Amino acid sequence: MRVVKDVVCPFCGCLCDDLELEIEGREVKAVRNACAVGEAKFLHYGKHERTRPMIRKNGELVEVSLDEAIRKAAEILAEAKYPVLFGWSSTSCEAVRVGLQLAEEVGAIIDHCSSVCHGPSVLAIQEVGLAGFTLGQSRHRFDLIIYWGSNPLDSHFRHFERYSTFSEGRFRPSISRRSITQFLSTLAERRIKRVTRRLLIKEREEGFYFGARRAPSGPFKERDRKLIVVDVRRTRAAKMADFFLQVKPNTDYEIIQALRMLIRDMELDVDEVAGIPVEVLEELADILVNAKVGVLYFGVGLTMSKGKHRNIEAAISLVRDLNARAKFHILPMRGHYNVTGADVVITWTTGYPYAVDLTQGYPRYNPGETSTIDVLLRDDCDAFLCIASDPVAHFPRRAVENMLKHPLIAIDPVVSATTLVADVVIPSAFSGIEVGGTAYRMDHVPITLKKVFEPPEGYLPDEEILKRILAEVRRIKGKAAEALVPAGA
Amino acid sequence: MAVLLIKNGYVYDPINGVDGERMDIAVKDGKIVEDVDEREARVIDASGMVVMPGGVDIHAHIAGAEVNAGRLLRPEDHVKDVEPRTAITRAGVGYSIPSTFTTGYRYTRMGYTTVMNPSMPPLEARHTHEELSDTPIIDKASYPLLGDSWFVLEFLSKDMIEECAAFVAWMMWATRGYAIKIVNPGGLETWGFGGNVRDLNDEVPHFGITPREIVRGLCKVNKLLNLPHTIHVHTNNLGVPGNCETTLKTLMCVEDLAEDGERAIHITHCQFSAFLGDDWATMESGAPLIARYMNRHSHATIDMGQVIFTDTTTMTADGPFQYGLHLLSGNKWINHDVETETSSGIVPFRYRRTSRVHATQWCIAQELALLIEDPWKIYLTTDHPNGGPFTSYPRIVSWLMSVKAREEELKRMNRRAVKRSVLPTIDREYSLYEIAVITRAGPARALGLENKGHLGVGADADIAVYPLNPEEVDPSRDYKLVRRAFSRAAYTIKSGEIVAKDGEIVKAPDGKTYWVDVKVPEDLWEAVKSEIAEVWEDYYTVRFSNYPLTDHYLKISSPITRQARM
Amino acid sequence: MAEGIKVILLTGRTLYQGTDMEAKGKTSREYWEAAAQVRMDPEDMARIGVKEGDPVRVSTAYGSVVVRAVKSAEAPHPGVVFIPYGPWANMVTNPTTHSTGMPSYKGVDAFVEPAPGERVLELKELLRAAYGRS
Repeated sequence: MRVVKDVVCPFCGCLCDDLELEIEGREVKAVRNACAVGEAKFLHYGKHERTRPMIRKNGELVEVSLDEAIRKAAEILAEAKYPVLFGWSSTSCEAVRVGLQLAEEVGAIIDHCSSVCHGPSVLAIQEVGLAGFTLGQSRHRFDLIIYWGSNPLDSHFRHFERYSTFSEGRFRPSISRRSITQFLSTLAERRIKRVTRRLLIKEREEGFYFGARRAPSGPFKERDRKLIVVDVRRTRAAKMADFFLQVKPNTDYEIIQALRMLIRDMELDVDEVAGIPVEVLEELADILVNAKVGVLYFGVGLTMSKGKHRNIEAAISLVRDLNARAKFHILPMRGHYNVTGADVVITWTTGYPYAVDLTQGYPRYNPGETSTIDVLLRDDCDAFLCIASDPVAHFPRRAVENMLKHPLIAIDPVVSATTLVADVVIPSAFSGIEVGGTAYRMDHVPITLKKVFEPPEGYLPDEEILKRILAEVRRIKGKAAEALVPAGA
Repeated sequence: MAVLLIKNGYVYDPINGVDGERMDIAVKDGKIVEDVDEREARVIDASGMVVMPGGVDIHAHIAGAEVNAGRLLRPEDHVKDVEPRTAITRAGVGYSIPSTFTTGYRYTRMGYTTVMNPSMPPLEARHTHEELSDTPIIDKASYPLLGDSWFVLEFLSKDMIEECAAFVAWMMWATRGYAIKIVNPGGLETWGFGGNVRDLNDEVPHFGITPREIVRGLCKVNKLLNLPHTIHVHTNNLGVPGNCETTLKTLMCVEDLAEDGERAIHITHCQFSAFLGDDWATMESGAPLIARYMNRHSHATIDMGQVIFTDTTTMTADGPFQYGLHLLSGNKWINHDVETETSSGIVPFRYRRTSRVHATQWCIAQELALLIEDPWKIYLTTDHPNGGPFTSYPRIVSWLMSVKAREEELKRMNRRAVKRSVLPTIDREYSLYEIAVITRAGPARALGLENKGHLGVGADADIAVYPLNPEEVDPSRDYKLVRRAFSRAAYTIKSGEIVAKDGEIVKAPDGKTYWVDVKVPEDLWEAVKSEIAEVWEDYYTVRFSNYPLTDHYLKISSPITRQARM
Repeated sequence: MAEGIKVILLTGRTLYQGTDMEAKGKTSREYWEAAAQVRMDPEDMARIGVKEGDPVRVSTAYGSVVVRAVKSAEAPHPGVVFIPYGPWANMVTNPTTHSTGMPSYKGVDAFVEPAPGERVLELKELLRAAYGRS
C-alpha cells in the first residue's frame, strides 16, 4: 500500500490540493480530506465504464484502432469549413494549448464551458471590471461573506471550510470547531422549529413569502464573521446563514439595484422590491455597509437566469460602490476544476477568453454569434469536437439536435451521453488522476495536478491525442497542397 | 547552427566602446566569435546600416496574471489590432496588451531580444512562466514580488536578515525568479484591509515594520545573495502629487548600503514617482530634483516610464494606486489581491495631450532622460503597458535624438504644462551610441546579464541591424527616418539565427528563461525551511509541497548560479 | 385537486448528481436516479396529488420530459421546481441566449402534471427517443 499526499482534486473550481490517498494496486482504498464528490471520484475511479476507440458505421458505433479513430477525427476536421472545438474545462492547460494550435490549423471556433456557465460573468467583467482576490484573502481577512445564487454546499463543498465561513485565518480566528459542536447540539432544536414553522405556513395557506429571513440564531450568533445567503431556495448554505434572503427567480437584478441605491443612502419610493419588503433590504444594506472587509461570491444562479450578464454587472457595481465604504471583493464560483484555466490559456493566446472564432486566421470574439450554443442554434457549424465535456447531456435539446446533424468527435475517458451518440470516440486518460498538468483554481491560482496512476494501455493524455490529430491534419493538408502543384514543378 | 557574417555595418557597442565604427560581426553556434570562414558563412550585407546588440527591456509587463486579466478586461483593445497567422507565426491580437505570441513577434521586429517581466506574484508564478513559454523568440526573466510577503515582513521586523535571505533564495528557485521586486512596500499588505501607507516611516499594521525597513532589509538581502540585479523598486505614493520627496527618501535610505561604485537600487518607471505639488492642480515636474540627485550619486539606476498619448491599459501590483486611478478616471477596474504576498490592479487609461497632468508626465520622463548626464543610469521604458505600449519605443528614441521631434510634440500639448516645464530649454540630443546605452548596454549591465547587451567575443549573438545610415541621416532633422528604422529592423538575429528580416518574422524559435539559482548555506536553509513549513498551511491555501514550480514550466531554463555571501 | 400547476423551473448542480456522476458514471442507475428527478415544494406536490417518487411530466415551450417527483429539502419554495443538470433537464430548458451565448437554464416557465403509469426513461432510452441514437 502506498500513501500519496497533497493530491489535487480534479473536480470543482476549489481545486483542493490537500487530499491524501491510500492506494493498493490500481485501487484507491481511502481518501482523506476530500469532500463527498472528490472522495467518490477517487474511490470509484477504477469502476467507470471506460470508452474504447470507435467510429460510427451504418448508424452503429464500431470499435476500431486508436490510430483509425484519430485519423477519422483529423479527416473530419480538415474537411470542415466551420468546426467547433468545445469542452476544455476538465482537462489540463497543456491540452488547451495544443487545442488552440489545432483550432488555428483547421480554422475553428474554440469555446469551452464558460460559454454555458460564467460566460455572462466575463461579459460583465469586460464592462465594469472585477474586485478580485485569491481565496487566502477570504480566509484571513473577510468579516462578511455573501453567497448569491450559489450553492456551495452542493457544488463547492469545501469552500466553506477552506476559504470562507469555517476557515481559520491570520486575522480571523476560526469558529468552526466551536460552532460545529454547537451546531450538532442545536440540530434537534432546529428540527422542532422547522416543524412548527411548517405548521404555521400550513395554517395560513399563503403564509410563505419570498424574502423570509432568519435572524441570527443558533451557533453563529456571536461570531465576528457574518454569512449572508441570497438564493431562490433554502439551500444547505442558507440554513447556516446569519441572514437568508429568499428571492423570486429572475428578480435578482432589481434587488441588487435597489441595494445599490440603499447603500448610497438613497430612498426607495416603494414598499417592496420584487416582493421583498424594503425594510428587509434596508437591513441587508445596513449589514453591507458595516462590514470592514467583505466578499460577494456569486454563482450561476445569477448568470443563467433573466438578465444574465446584466445581473453580474449590477453585482460587480454593487461591490465597486461598497469599496467607497469598506474593502469589498467579488468572485464567480467557477464550476469545473479547470474552467478558469481554459479561460486563462485562451486569453493569453488570442486575447479573448471563450467563444473565439479563428476561422478567419485571426481571433474574433463575439459571444451571441461565435458562442457554441448560438452557432448550434443557427445550425452553422459543420463538425463538432468535444473534449473533456458532455454537451449532449448539458446543452438544451435544440442545440444538441443541430449538433448531431454533423459529424461529432468525442474525446473522453468515460462513457457519457456525448460518447454514446458521437460519430468518433477517442478514449483518453483521466486528467488529474492518470495525467498531470496545470489547472487554475477559481481565483486564478495555478496548481499542478498530480498523476496518481499510470493510464491503462491505449489511453493517451488529451494533450497527446490532440498533438496526433494536429499532425494528422497537417499531413492531410500538406497532401492537399501538394496535389495542387503539378509533379516536377 | 548557422554561421553568420554581418559585414560593413556601423557598429554601436557601448560596452566594448565601439561607437559607429564600420566593422564585421561574426557569429557561430549562437555566439559572437572573433571571425568565421566567409565561404561557410551566410553573409549579411549591413553596409549603410546600424548594427547594435539586441535590445534589452528592463521593465515591461508582458506575461502573467495581471497582464492576462488586462487582456480579458479589454476586448475593445484587441479588436482594432489583429495579427493573422502565417506559415511561421501564430495568430494573435495586439495593441496595449498583446497576446503572448504577438508580444514575441513585435519585440523581435523592433530588434529587441531580451525582455524582463517585472511583476510576478509568487503564488501565481506558474501562470507567468506558462505565458512566457508561449512568448516566442525573445529571452526573458521575471521578478517575483517580495516586498509585502508575510515571511519577508516577519523576518525583517525581527531583523533576521540572513534568514530572510535564505527565504528569498528559496523563492527565487520556487518561482524561477530573477530579481527582488518591491512594489509600494508595506502598502500592498495594508491594502488587504483597504488601507495604504503614505510615508517611508509609516508602520504597516499588524507587522510592526515600516517601508524604509522593508527597502533597506531587502537591499541587504540582495547584497547577501549576490543577485545579478539590484532591488527593483516601485516607490510608495506612486502617481501621487508630491511623491518626488518619497522617491528621494527611498533613494537616500539605501545610500549607505552601497560600497564604492556598487549599485544598490533601481527605481523603476521613475516618471510616475517624480511629481511635485500638493494636489493635481499644483502638480508639476520633480524631474530636475531627481536628475540632480542621480547626477551626484552612483548607487542607483532608474528607468523612464515614458507616457505616450494614446489609449492604454495601466496595470501594477499597486492595488491602492489602481483603485485611486479608477476613482479618478471612472474607468472599469480590476483588483486582484494575492494572499500573503501582494495585490494588483488594472484600469484602462487614455493619456491626453490636452491634459495638463498628462502632458507634464510626458515632459517628466523626457526631462529625466535628458537631465541625467550619464546614460548608464537611466533606461528607456514606458513601463509597458502603463505609460504606453512597447511598440512606441521608436518614437521615444526619436524624441531623445531630436530637439525638433520634441518641439513637434510640445507644440500640440497642453500650454500650461509646457510653460512650466524646463524641457523646451534643453537642447541635448542623444547620439546613436547613447541610444544603444539606454536600450541595450545599460539595462544588460544593470541586470548583470553578462552575455547580453554587447557584441564582444563570447556574447550571445543577439543582434539588431537597423536600416539607417548614420553618415547620411541626421537624426536631429530626419527623426522620422530614425523612428521608421527602429520600428522595423532590417535583421533581427537571436542566438545566432535570423528571426526577422525587414520587419517580418522568418523564424520563431523558443527563447530562454533566466532565473537565479542562489546557493545558501545548507544548515541555514534547513532551519528556515522548518520555520516556514510549520506555518505555511496557516498562511497559504496551497500546500507547501505544491507551491514551488518545476522546470516543466520553462521551455528553455537558464539558471544563473550565484553563491550567497554568508 | 388541480391536474397540474404552472411553475418556474430551475436547473442546477446537486451533491448527489455530482457524486453519482463522478463515482458511478453517467450510464449508472445511481446517476439516473439522481438526475431524472424534479424537486418540488411538498405543498405543490400535494396540490397536484403526487407522492415521493411518482412520475410527473414537466413541460415547457421547448419540450417535455417525465421525471420522478421528489420532496425538496430546500423548501419552502412554492411555485418553483428544480431539476438537476443533465439530459433530462435539458429536454425542457430554454435555449435562448439573448445574444450572450448563455441559454436560460434557470427561471423557465413550466407546467408540472402527474404522469401516472408513464416511465422515466433511462439515459440510453432518452437519447434514442430524443435524438434517434445511443
